[in-house]
Amino acid sequence: MSVLRDTGRGYLLSAPALALFFGLLVLPLALTLVLSFNVFDYEIGVKGGEWTLAQYANLLTDSYFYEIFLRTFWISALVTLLCVVIGVPEAYILSRMGTPWRSIFLILILTPLLISVVVRAFGWSLLLGADGLINQAIQALGGRPIKMLYTPFAVILALVHVMLPFMIIPVWTSLQKLDASAEQAALSLGATQAQVMRMVVLPQVMPGVLSGTLIVFGLSASSFAIPGLLGGRRLKMVATVVYDQYLSELNWPMGAAIAVALLLINLLVMLSWNRLVEGRYKKSLGE
Amino acid sequence: MSKNGPLALSFHALVVVFMLAPLVVVCLVAFTPENTLSLPWHGFSLRWFRAVFERADFIQSFYNSLILAVVAATLATLIAVPAALAITRYRFPGRDFLNGLFLSPIIIPHLVLGVAMLRLFALMGVNGSFVWLMFAHVVVITPYVLRLVIAASIGMDRSAEQAAESLGASRFTLFRLITLPMILPGVAGGWLLAFINSFDEVTLSIFVTSPSTQTLPVRMYVYATESIDPMMAAVSALVIALTAATMIILDRVYGLDRVLVGRH
Repeated sequence: MSVLRDTGRGYLLSAPALALFFGLLVLPLALTLVLSFNVFDYEIGVKGGEWTLAQYANLLTDSYFYEIFLRTFWISALVTLLCVVIGVPEAYILSRMGTPWRSIFLILILTPLLISVVVRAFGWSLLLGADGLINQAIQALGGRPIKMLYTPFAVILALVHVMLPFMIIPVWTSLQKLDASAEQAALSLGATQAQVMRMVVLPQVMPGVLSGTLIVFGLSASSFAIPGLLGGRRLKMVATVVYDQYLSELNWPMGAAIAVALLLINLLVMLSWNRLVEGRYKKSLGE
Repeated sequence: MSKNGPLALSFHALVVVFMLAPLVVVCLVAFTPENTLSLPWHGFSLRWFRAVFERADFIQSFYNSLILAVVAATLATLIAVPAALAITRYRFPGRDFLNGLFLSPIIIPHLVLGVAMLRLFALMGVNGSFVWLMFAHVVVITPYVLRLVIAASIGMDRSAEQAAESLGASRFTLFRLITLPMILPGVAGGWLLAFINSFDEVTLSIFVTSPSTQTLPVRMYVYATESIDPMMAAVSALVIALTAATMIILDRVYGLDRVLVGRH
């Protein structure tokens, strides 16, 4: 009886959200999947009712497309690596700070997360441009200006800036569970600082590092505004190519196929991440 | 007292400089009196801020973004609060699926959502419509409200609810007088987080806005790909100031560290 009543109320309360998510999430994604199999003709446009695998064949055979997937992959992998190398020690340093400073610096480092990514990309273009502030400083010191904007360097630097908080947050969270007395015990038993790091601290933060890694990789692989503003016309990544296919080439089926491929790769990454943290999340739902 | 050595503290200083440098530079360049993007070495000027307020298209986009973010955050809260209560209070088949579905816009790239909505809106003949842009934003920001309300609802003490129920309070009275006040920090924090995320959203919006419904981040993106002048710095500085103000309110009502680090 009460189970029946619960079921009814549960569905009733989630009905508005369910209706919206079905109409504006499930349906458009399904339409896009269908679109990626539609025949496209530059004269006529999308031919409804005719089906092809040409778009997916293109993705696998056209060197233009797989070079872009490859570039997106190595840039994202490098950004992820840099975020681990910078984010893990930084989270550890933050967790060892005294009370007022810890929350002040935590907020200072994490709040750029909430500022528009367009603003942050523009900030980097001010610093890295041909007569940007860094080149002005180099010239004032008597050096020759370096081309940084519209190179992979600029895209990677700005992506690390955008993604670093996503690494620091999960590492910080797992550091909170680290018992400080375990570190002290190891030290008092004669372990060196390096041994404590390797045998006590690192095993504890690994789940955080792992989830941070997958979030950073997924978000970097689909990033749009950073490569769009700092990569210029020639340095394309997957997201900027999808944008070109939709809004300049007007080849929607090709754009849809790239988007579907991106989504599948991303979901694969995210689902494996979800499996790792599922246990923790279930507990917090009170089960 | 810090337990960090000098090496650790210098590393920390570098990270802080790295995180803040682009934002600080934008704010400084916004005050330049020159025609080029340079630091205001020879005095401060407000001319580029005046230039922003003379651009009707930027003002229009700002109002678009503001109205969009207020309405979308409110609608997202209206659907996320009952959904969060359903997920935390009731056991029903498909509950985990609904929870996953409602949180999924966080992990689906905005780019993919953007092209998907573009296809749907084009088929419906409503592309560029402000109302449908708003619904698209509601989908994207609902997870942020949902997560905070779920956390608040799990954390609350339910004995007051049970007492009121046993004294014969109706469901609505119960919600209005007991449940809502107790989860209010989560609801308000979720609304503000949703507001910020809608106001900043660019990747999805760029696909489904028309020139008259363009939001501020989309306008800024398009402007920055075509030309770069100090006016862009002034707009950016205004956006940073607005975001900072929202974050201070968010900190007061919910706690910024709780929102960012997720300790509830």
